[in-house]
Amino acid sequence: MMLIDCPHCGLRDETEFEYGSQAHVPYPQDPQALTNDEWAQWLYFRDNPMGLRAERWVHLTGCRKWFNAVRDTVSYEFKATYPVGTPRPNIPPHHGGIR
Amino acid sequence: MTPIAVTTGTSFRVPAAIAPGAAINRDETVEVTIDGHTMTAYRGDTVTSALLANGHRRVGDSIYLGRPRGVLACGVEEPNSLLTVTRAKAETISETMLIGPTVEVTNNMVAEHVQGIGKLAETADPEYYDYTYEHPDVLVVGAGPAGLAAALQASRAGARVVILDERATFGGNLVGTPDAVIDGKPVETWIAETVAELQANDDVTLLNRTTVFGGYENNYFMATQRRTDHLDDQVPFGVSRERTLHLRAKQVVLATGSHERPIVFKNNDRPGIMLASGIAGYLNRYGVLAGSSIALLTTNDSVYLLAQQLAELGHLVAVIDVRADLSEAALQAVAAGIDVIAGSVVCDTTASDQGALAGITVAEYLADGELGATRHFEVDTLGVSGGWSPVIHLHSQRQGKVVWDHEVQGFVIGQPRADFHYAGSVTGSLSLGEALANGANAGAAAADATGHFSFATEPVAAAGHRGPVAALRMVPSPDGEDQDAYANHFVDLHRDQTVQDVLRATGAGMSSVEHIKRYTSISTGNDQGKTGAVNAIGVMSEILDGHTMDDIGTTTFRAPYSPISYVGLAGRQRGELFDALRKTAMDRAHEALDAVFEMAGEWRRASYYPRAGETKAQAIRRETIAARNGVGMIDSSTLGKIEVRGKDSAEFLNRIYTNGFLKLKVGRGRYGVMTGVDGKVFDDGVTLRLAEDRFFMHTTSGGAQRVLNWLENWHQTEWSHLDATFTSVSEQFATVAVSGPKARRVVEQLASDVDFAPEAFEFMEFRETTLDNGIPARISRISFTGELSYEIAVPTQYGRALWDAVAQAGAAYDITPYGLEAQRILRAEKGFVIVGQDTDGTNSPQDVGMDWVVSKIKQDFLGKRSYQLDDFLRDDREELVAIMATDKNSMVRDGAALVSAEDLDAPRPVSTSGHVTGYYDSAALDRTFGLALVRGGSKRIGEKLYAPAYDPPVEFEITPLISFDPEGTRRDGER
Ligand SMILES: [Zn+2]
Repeated sequence: MMLIDCPHCGLRDETEFEYGSQAHVPYPQDPQALTNDEWAQWLYFRDNPMGLRAERWVHLTGCRKWFNAVRDTVSYEFKATYPVGTPRPNIPPHHGGIR
Repeated sequence: MTPIAVTTGTSFRVPAAIAPGAAINRDETVEVTIDGHTMTAYRGDTVTSALLANGHRRVGDSIYLGRPRGVLACGVEEPNSLLTVTRAKAETISETMLIGPTVEVTNNMVAEHVQGIGKLAETADPEYYDYTYEHPDVLVVGAGPAGLAAALQASRAGARVVILDERATFGGNLVGTPDAVIDGKPVETWIAETVAELQANDDVTLLNRTTVFGGYENNYFMATQRRTDHLDDQVPFGVSRERTLHLRAKQVVLATGSHERPIVFKNNDRPGIMLASGIAGYLNRYGVLAGSSIALLTTNDSVYLLAQQLAELGHLVAVIDVRADLSEAALQAVAAGIDVIAGSVVCDTTASDQGALAGITVAEYLADGELGATRHFEVDTLGVSGGWSPVIHLHSQRQGKVVWDHEVQGFVIGQPRADFHYAGSVTGSLSLGEALANGANAGAAAADATGHFSFATEPVAAAGHRGPVAALRMVPSPDGEDQDAYANHFVDLHRDQTVQDVLRATGAGMSSVEHIKRYTSISTGNDQGKTGAVNAIGVMSEILDGHTMDDIGTTTFRAPYSPISYVGLAGRQRGELFDALRKTAMDRAHEALDAVFEMAGEWRRASYYPRAGETKAQAIRRETIAARNGVGMIDSSTLGKIEVRGKDSAEFLNRIYTNGFLKLKVGRGRYGVMTGVDGKVFDDGVTLRLAEDRFFMHTTSGGAQRVLNWLENWHQTEWSHLDATFTSVSEQFATVAVSGPKARRVVEQLASDVDFAPEAFEFMEFRETTLDNGIPARISRISFTGELSYEIAVPTQYGRALWDAVAQAGAAYDITPYGLEAQRILRAEKGFVIVGQDTDGTNSPQDVGMDWVVSKIKQDFLGKRSYQLDDFLRDDREELVAIMATDKNSMVRDGAALVSAEDLDAPRPVSTSGHVTGYYDSAALDRTFGLALVRGGSKRIGEKLYAPAYDPPVEFEITPLISFDPEGTRRDGER
């Protein structure tokens, strides 16, 4: 079982967490100003890279806080976790991580 | 099956003076029955050592071909001896597919071999299982010499150590080895002193009979400890049969050893053909001689110590050494008078009338790989060593790199995993001196990584020179090159697969080990290919031109390393404890009324309350009639409840719900629907405004958690500037809904402070009050039946008192408790939606008859923008409507598909017009009716639909969603 480093609680078992899709995809300022295509892009389309990806996670059965994580989709390694509202840390693709 | 007693009546137990048998206690005998034969063994014996000691050599016949098979190995790698075991205990169960060499005998135990396939017990397992969590600094897997040295070093450095071994004894293959010396002491003394020191250390957990079967992310390991199977019947009270250990180790030392491999040759599967290490194990651990006239076949030096022992006992016939050039160890054997036949192989065997080994054909093994001149030897036992396979399972389970090592002739660790250390023969080294040295160094390094530094003190033992290992895995057939000549060259004994089967797979075009494994089923048996997998790859490399062991490679190992019981994994989470059961505060009242319960998520809810002599249908009908004509009561405590506080709470809810919440007055409630950003319904409920900055939200019973997470999600990640906090209070309140034309007469008696006149207490209002019996309560006029209804919510601890008070106040009006079944009918008659039953995650509020709940005024709410997408503008969207069968007594199942008249007779396949979401018998309508999601349903009122799953198909008419009291005249009850 993986350990995930909650920015508020530290390393905890993965079963305490829930995944919440790609991070840094904010709700549009004014949805009505978007075309159907633009809205559908925001609503349905997310990146699916092979490698590092910024994701939203929530420490559901712990502190209940949402946070962001950079995770390697190949090795599953969590490279970094950081609070909502802070920028994505710059991580080289083969930097160590926990797994 | 009948085991063959090769030498009936003869004991193969060697006198203690010659081979004491380190694992047995000769002072204590044990009576066991194996395959129908009652025999005497010693405490510490296994089923296979007891069999061999008593001259029984045959175990289960092979799974497909039914060929006689014998014991191959002395450990968990055994592929042939698989047992169903019943122990002589009052509370037990027979267990199947146990591996013979791992089953310790107990008095009056009954063991039966199976033919490759287990037989499940037909009764529940009455024994008790549990689990623990361990968080060691250093986990050492394996307590052979390397593991013990590692644990000793790490524990002396001050690390918290857990060391686990699958066997009953500590010391690994070293146990019972004659003449070995560590630090100047006999090995038995060194092992005993080391174990004593580890056991005396409070920071060390040393467990035997404990198999680490799985390695997972972040050094999470799982192990099974078998705690009572070795005991006769004196199991201490409360001691679980098995314990599952969940370990999170900072560092891990793999000292898992290695398994010897057989060699593939013609008729290599007869009883009497064993691994050389198996013969050594039975001799040294159990004092049992595997046979009378024994030959050894080897590719390496590891058999020569055994050869010496057997020669001294007078039972060695010859050593057949594949290597043409004699190694140092072989030369020493020759000097000691042992017949070493160099540069030769065994190319065939003969059998006795009973199928056991009777002789071997030894052939010269020429430089070009062809067979030369042959000789025949009469032997009853052949010990084979085709080299050693490091037990790299846990490394491979963690996706550790594995490579073929030409010197070792085995798959070894390619690259160490982070936080892993490797010691002993898992590294490919077979020398005791090296095992102790790298054990101590691994222990020091592992402890150091956890902040416990020490200089490694290496226990000293003879290094032992290791000669080269011959690269031989398959001996050519003496019968030629046809596939048929390889029909009895066994590669995987458990799966009964031969070289012929591999040839069939390669002949079908397969060249990947993963494909051949699945095509032939090699390595998929009980033993997961512990002895067969490398030989299968070897055979492939012989067959496939230009392929080497390196580039064929091995398959990835998966947990579990050896078979484990499901019941052990389940631990105590069985039966009633399998899942949490949530009961409301009034649950015992429902029990007292003989309620039939149903599960709503984890909640146990009353389904209906049958009275004596009533059928289910009659009870439900009676309950609905009471709620329509008199008064009913229902426990609605399970609804999710979330309190929302903060000065921006109204603004927050206004963004979450499809309808407006800014103008909701204090003291009133409003029904709201939550949709995803995609505009699709996922929850609903009534929200009360308790104060300007305080709301009380109801959710569906199963949706409370999801809704709370949804609110937190939006608040934390998008709208954290809004002042709002969310608290789950689902379990803080117990609720009784009183519903029916006479509801007012009941509640009036409970709260004399409250004016219940319809003009004074309007629909969708609530009152905070104290009931006459002193219980603080909130009474809301919310209706899920269409009748006059009051929901009375009180602190949970008063739930039962509230139920009883309502029942007492309603007694004069024959108040009738009703369950979920009645409620589903009452609400369906009114067209009220149950999210999750009438919706399936694809429906907008408009689709399910709630256009009115979607604000046209609000600038935005979650989901609003999606309603302009083309898909929501289709006029053939599924819409919720009512349906009435033409025959008013017809009944169909929820989920039944519906088709139009023209599609009913059209050639299949046809597209459906929709499906039934619920179909009921309604007393109020005096007929059956239901709700259905139908394409373009609202525009098809009056049209006929058919449920083709029935014969004849059931015909329905589409009717408006609200079937009963569409004008809402009953909301204020009886005047
Ligand atoms: Zn947390």
